[in-house]
This record gives sequence, structure tokens and C-alpha cells, in this order.
Amino acid sequence: MIVRLVQRIAILLASLVVSSVIVFAFMAVLPGDPARVALGVSASDTAVAQLREQFGLDRPLVVQYLNWVQGLVTFDPGNSYISQTPIGPQIADRLQVTLWLVVTGMVLACILAIPMGTLMAVRHRRPSGLILSALSQVGVAVPAFLAGILLITVFAVGLGWLPANGWTPPAQDPVLFLKQLVLPALSLGMVQAAMLTRYVRSAVLDVLREDYLRTARAKGLRPTQALLRHGLRNAAVPVVTVLGLHLATLLVGAVVIERVFVIPGLGSLLLDSVSNRDLIMVQDVVMIIAMAVLLVNFLVDVIYLVIDPRLRVGAS
Amino acid sequence: MSALDTEAAVASAVPDGRRRRRPMAGSLLVGGLIVSVVLGMALLSFVWTPHDPTLVNPSARLEKPSLEYWFGTDKFGRDVFSQLLMGSRTTLFVGFVAVGVAALVGVPLGIVAGMAPRWFGELLMRGNDLLLAFPALLLAIMFAAVYGAGTLVAMVAIGIASIPNFARLIRGGTLQVMKTEYVIAARAAGRGPFAIGLRHVLPNVSSLVIVQASVGFAIAVLAEAALSFLGFGTPPPTPSWGRMLQESQEMLSSAPRLAVFPGIAIAVAVLGFNLLGDGLRDRFDPKLEDRR
Amino acid sequence: MTAAPDTAPDSGAGSSGSPDDVLAVRNLDVAVGGRKLVEDVDFTIRAGERVGLIGESGSGKSLTALSVMGLLPEGLRATGSVRLAGVDHDLVGADEARMSRVRGKEIAMVFQEPMTALNPTMRVGRQIAEVLLVHRTRPDRASARAAAVELLAQVGLPDPAAAAHAYPHQFSGGQRQRVVLAIALANDPALLVCDEPTTALDVTVQARVLDLIVRGVQDRRSAMLFITHDLAVVATACERVMVMYGGRVVESGPVREVFTRPRHRYTQGLIGASDLTVVDERGRLVTIGGSVPPAGQFPAGCVFRNRCASATEVCATRPEWVPTGPDSGYACFHPVSEPVSEPVSESGARGTGMTTNKEAGRG
Repeated sequence: MIVRLVQRIAILLASLVVSSVIVFAFMAVLPGDPARVALGVSASDTAVAQLREQFGLDRPLVVQYLNWVQGLVTFDPGNSYISQTPIGPQIADRLQVTLWLVVTGMVLACILAIPMGTLMAVRHRRPSGLILSALSQVGVAVPAFLAGILLITVFAVGLGWLPANGWTPPAQDPVLFLKQLVLPALSLGMVQAAMLTRYVRSAVLDVLREDYLRTARAKGLRPTQALLRHGLRNAAVPVVTVLGLHLATLLVGAVVIERVFVIPGLGSLLLDSVSNRDLIMVQDVVMIIAMAVLLVNFLVDVIYLVIDPRLRVGAS
Repeated sequence: MSALDTEAAVASAVPDGRRRRRPMAGSLLVGGLIVSVVLGMALLSFVWTPHDPTLVNPSARLEKPSLEYWFGTDKFGRDVFSQLLMGSRTTLFVGFVAVGVAALVGVPLGIVAGMAPRWFGELLMRGNDLLLAFPALLLAIMFAAVYGAGTLVAMVAIGIASIPNFARLIRGGTLQVMKTEYVIAARAAGRGPFAIGLRHVLPNVSSLVIVQASVGFAIAVLAEAALSFLGFGTPPPTPSWGRMLQESQEMLSSAPRLAVFPGIAIAVAVLGFNLLGDGLRDRFDPKLEDRR
Repeated sequence: MTAAPDTAPDSGAGSSGSPDDVLAVRNLDVAVGGRKLVEDVDFTIRAGERVGLIGESGSGKSLTALSVMGLLPEGLRATGSVRLAGVDHDLVGADEARMSRVRGKEIAMVFQEPMTALNPTMRVGRQIAEVLLVHRTRPDRASARAAAVELLAQVGLPDPAAAAHAYPHQFSGGQRQRVVLAIALANDPALLVCDEPTTALDVTVQARVLDLIVRGVQDRRSAMLFITHDLAVVATACERVMVMYGGRVVESGPVREVFTRPRHRYTQGLIGASDLTVVDERGRLVTIGGSVPPAGQFPAGCVFRNRCASATEVCATRPEWVPTGPDSGYACFHPVSEPVSEPVSESGARGTGMTTNKEAGRG
């Protein structure tokens, strides 16, 4: 168990290093001069040179990279090229907002998908299962931002039950916060649920065919009992993988949803930085998102070890 | 005899076709039909559109659907139906290039990773997994930040982000093919890895490639729509379903239909490619019939 | 067909009402779509009796066992009657609620594949304790756990307390099969159904597991229905044997009698094929000619006639059950009259009366 855990941590660290190199290389090596990009073509050469010096862009790339990583590790990534304000607090602020959105969306997706998918698997030969199956197929085809627009059209513009957009921190006004959270979280969650349902279905279908489920029934458990006690934990392994992978999709989906609902999250920060040509900010936000994805993948691996005792064995 | 034998007995006792479930055969049909319609729209747009889709006409702003303007006009007076027709071209173009990039890199990568020594294959797959940390949208935004937004940037970004899907699937298929007796026989006969890869592995994983291409197309359509919606995709004036949606957002209260038409177009196209992929999967591998 | 259903392989008279009977199967059919995979199976098992059910793959023996358990795969339907002593309803067509009270308590089952029969994510002790708790044969978790450890000791696992705390993947195939057996025997069932329980095991382990099974049922005075294609296993473990082919019972009787003096041509072939000391004139091992047709595609009349050298026109009609004793009989128009050890050569041309892979011969 410990060996496995150490192994996974090593993989996580290696992945973090490699992806940071990718992000850095991409942003620093390819595009030419970030200072020039930040200041625009019309800027004078002296101004550009000054900015380069200020941000250490004139130093060797290795040094630049190490400085950048040091900034990330110490949670002090320095200042933005454009606004000259510290990047750290901004990212932390925005990250909070996005996390609310993503976590709520994911929880909603699970609440919808796990029972639905299980039902679809158990009834996979009956009309009810097939109808649910078809519905999920349609759900998968609807992009989250389209779901968002539709939800706004119906519940905000049409019925006027909920605000069409905006964001209020929970500490400031919990009720308004919840009201504004519902529609964006639903847009993310519903689409996610459609996808997840299909994976839950196929995982449960696989488990339903397992011999140990027949053993459980031979013991005198009813089919539902057997599925709940012996099936779900085993079906969880593939579902958790998908959950992990989809958290990445959800994070990126949040970028678009934030745009639809005018929410000041990480996605809005990223998009604004791109349009402001604030490359260091873009680099940091992209790295944060990549880090989040890798961290989730690591957690998925750890959850495996908890769910499936077979994987705890040291040797492969 | 146990579960296995029993199932074999059941399978052999049932006439062919009885066991194949209708909805699965249907998914191939419906998916193929939808994809053909999208393809037809794109082809049609080369020879005919009811109006010039990019023509701004201030005197015909926000027209309701009519005989003249089948789906109405947008806030600039452009014909929505014509834009949809032209938009299908963008969608298909982006899909083709993105899937092409992904398959061109992902398939050889998967085959090499499946044929190489185990440790090297694992290493390649670890690197491959790393790409998963950069979803299409994120890559496209990164690219756009550096090179500026554009169709090419979007296509390449979506393509690169789709590589891991191909590579992983093809590696799995390759590992299976490598265990078959004809490959072992070919290796025993002294055939080089290149010949085996080309002659035995590639033809046998080609059905996987086709299925993944269809599913990848759906992903590409979704990603293109999202990128255009954010303004990182196809630049105006070239019509794009995603941008039509974005432009409709400020008119939601007065003209929700402007969101509905491109929305339906995107959803139906994605549905079509997904169904086609599912149907092809079942066609190629009936053992998987009940899944997904 | 004058006598439509076969008479019971055991004594035709009073078989359903005898207080000694644990299991009474009558006119059991298993069908999928319109095809019958098991047809008109009739047999009775008495208390404490150990009965073998042999036949090749696809003969319907597993489906017969699964129908008794009510665990047929989706899409298959059993008709007829399966009665178990002490259960006031027919097991065929009983709903899940009723069946679940019977399974694991009155009838238990040991499956073929020990590697997949246990839940990989649950400790072995809990999996055994569960069957006690489900049927409330132990009042609480603690005593069920203790009973589970005791059962693990009974099936011969070293250090049963530690074993109860382990997961299935930590055991070998043979050890897992012992665990499955412990689960099956936990509630002292009246009938233990074993579906090829030793087939998947190493040869060296087979004998020990088989011995455990037999001792387990003997200690509990349970009856046993033992399914296998291995005649040697039946000879050691069972008192009576039924031979199945093409979804029907073709011969039945005490093990000794059936194995030394088979009457049905199929049984004769089966025994000839399992005897590794007998070879034909070309020095090849003896086999039954042809192969088992796909389920549901057996010939009409005698199901064996397309592989049988003795088959004549009359075999196109269905052979009646010929009782030869209280528990024995066969269904064949051309029964073997001499012991198998002496080559039968009424038709001279084929020489020994046995067949090789190449020749479609008679058994």
C-alpha cells in the first residue's frame, strides 16, 4: 500500500514537472517576446527593454523557468506584466469562485447520474431503460453553454425565477449566492450527468454479469440487494476514473459557463488575460488548471487503492 | 460448464439477429442519416444558399421566420438559414482537420506503444496521459493567446487534445493483436516490426480508428462551437454555429429563436456523430452490444 | 409417441410423495425463444444421496442445475416442476422474494470458477458471514463472524482467523473454492448443487477439494447434485449418476452399474473416451465421433442418433424410457447388451466397435 502510494506521488511530481516545462516552453520559447506582446507593436524599444529587465526576461530561459516555478511553489508568482498587480491573490480569488461552480456541478452530476445509470443498466432490456438511454445520448450532445443559454431563456428571461447572471460571494449574501449559483451549476451538472450516466450504466452492466453477483444471489440475496452490496463498489472503479477525467472537462467547461453567466472565475480571468495579452497571467492560470487536473488524477489513483484491495499489492 | 458455456449455449441457440438489439442497429441508421444531412448541408452551401449568409441588411433586422427568411434574420439582418448552411461547412472542416491531426499522430503512437517493449510503451502512455491535463479548450486558448484566434489554431488545438484518446485505444487494440497467433507466426518467420505493424496491426485496429474518428468528430464539433462561442474560433464574417449562439445571447429576451436554431444544429450534429460511432462499434464488435 | 414424458429415471411409482425425497424435478424444460435447451428432465434425489450429472458441454447439465437454483441467465425460461422438501411452493416460477429465502439456506451452490465467484472487494470472512446474516441463522454480526472463522477451519484453510480477514485475491484457486464451499455449507443446506467445482483447479488440488465437498455433505447429511464431465470424479464422489445429452437424461443408475454396464450408446462412448488405457487398432485414443451440435439443434427423435453408429430408422422417433431398476433406466432403441470391456462387433466392418476422431462410429 505504502509502496503504491509513494509510486503514485512520484508519478504526480514527475507529471507536474513535465507539464510545467511544457507550459513554460510553450509560452516563453515559441512566441518571441512577451514584453513586446504585452506592450504592443507601437511601444518603444527602451520601454520593452525596461519591462524585460523588470521581469527577468533578459535572463537565460533556465533561470526564468526556475524563477517561475519558485514563484508557483511559494504561492507568490509575482506581478502581472500588464496591470503590475500581484497575480497570486487574483488567482486565489477567482479559483474560489470556479471551485464552487465545478464542485456543485460535479455533485449535481453524481446525484443525477449514479441512480439513473444504475436504473438504466438494471432495466437495459426494458422500454424505460431504453428511453433513459436515448435521453442521455441526447444530453451528451448538448454543449454546456447551450444548456446555460436555454436555462437562462426559460428560468431567467421566461419565468423570472432566478437571476440570469452575476456572482455574489457566499459570505456577502448567501441567498443571492445560491440563487445565482443554481443555473450555472445546473448547466455544468446536467451535461456532465448525461455523460456520466452512460459510464455508470456500462459499469453496472459489466458488474451484473460477474460471477460473484450470481454467488451473492445463490446466498439468498435478492437481485437489488446483491447489486447494492456487492456490485456498486466494484462498479465504482471505472466510474471513478471517468469522474477524474471529467473533472478536467468540467474545469474547462466552467470557462465557457463563466462567460455565459458573467461570473468572475478563473475562466474569465484567463479569457481577459488573453485579450489583454497578459502572457504571464495566461501561463499561470493554464498551469493552475493543469495542476488541478493532475492532482485529481492522483486522487483518483489513491481512491482506487481504497476501493480495490487487489491494487494494494506491491508488485505489479 | 459454467457461466461461459451457458452463455455460449444461449448464444448459439438464438438465431442470428435475434440477439442484436434493435436500438443498436437503429443508432447506426439514425447516426448515418444525421451525418449525411450535415454533409449534404455543407455540400449544398457551395452551390446554393437562399441569401448571402454574410450580407448585412439593416432593413431586414430580426425578421421572424417567413417564406423569404425561413429561419428569420439576426440583428444585422443576415439570413439565419443561410448562415446555418455555411456554418455546417466550418463545423465539418474543423472536425476533419482535428480528427485528421489526432489520428495521424495518435494511431502511430498507439501502435508503437503497443509493439514496443513494455517499459517503453508504459512511458509513452504516461506522456500521453499528460496531454489529458490540457483539454482542447485550454490548448486552444493557449494557442490563441500566442498566435491569435483563428480556425487553424482551433483545429490544431482540438486535434492535439484528441491525440490521447486515439493513442490509448489503439494501443489497447495493438496489444491484443500482438497476442494473436498470426502475429506470433509472422514474428517467428522473421518479419520485421515495421512489416508486422503495417500488415497485421494496422488493418486490425482500423475499425477502432473509424469508431474513434466518429466519436472524435463529435468532440471536435462541440469544441469548435465552444471556441467560436468564446471568440477563439472561426473569425467573422465566416459563419459558425458557435458564434451564432454567442451573438444570440444578448437577444435572448427578444429573439430566443436565434439561439434555438444554431443550438439544435450543434446538438443534432454531435448526436449524429456519437450515434454513428456507437453503431459502428456495435457493428464491428457485436460482443460489446450492451455497452454504452 | 405413446408415452409422452419419460418416466422418472428412478422408480416410477410414488416418487413425488416419498418423505425421503429432498428434490423432485418433474418434466423440466428450459427454453430460449422457441428452442428447448433442456427437455423433459425428470429425477428425484433422496435425503443424503449424492447424485452425479454428467455429459459434454452443451448437454444442458448446467442449465438443469441453474433451474433448480432459479438462477437461469436472462432470457431463458424454465417450465415444469422443481419441488424441494420443506418448501411449500414450486421453485419453477417462484418470485425472487420466495426464491431468495430458499437459496443459500435450503439449497446452496458451488460454482465452477473460484477465481471470479467471490467479490474481490470484500473480506472473505464477511462474505461468509453474510449468508448467515441474510437468513438470520446467527443473531448478530459478531457471532456470524465467529461462525465464519469456524467454517473456514472446517474447509481446511490454515489460520482461519487470518483468512477471514483477507481478500479473495490473496488466496489460490483451490483455497478460494474452499471459501465458496464454506459459504455454500454455512447454513447446512438440504441440497448442495456443485457445478464442475473442481474443473478449474490444478489436478493436485482437485482430489482434496472433492474430498472436502463429500465430507462436508456427509457431515451435514445433505444431499448433493454434482455436475461434471469427469467420470472419475463422479465415481469417487457419487452414488448414483445421470447421463445427459442433448438436453435430456439418456441414462441413469447406480454409478457402479452405469460405468461397468452402460446401456445407452452415448454412455458407452463417454466411458470409452475417458479410458486412457484403451486405444483403437491405429493406436489412437478412443473418442466419440462427430461433435455436440449447437444447443437446440439436436436431431429429432433420439438426440444422439447423428453420432451413433447403431442408429437405425426407428431412432427418428423418440426412444422411450426403459426402467431397469428402481433408480435406473435408459432411453435407447439399441441398448448395449454386453459389458463395454468386450468389443461389440455386430457390424463387423468397423472392427472394434470403437471409433476414432476420423470415423463416425458407434460407441
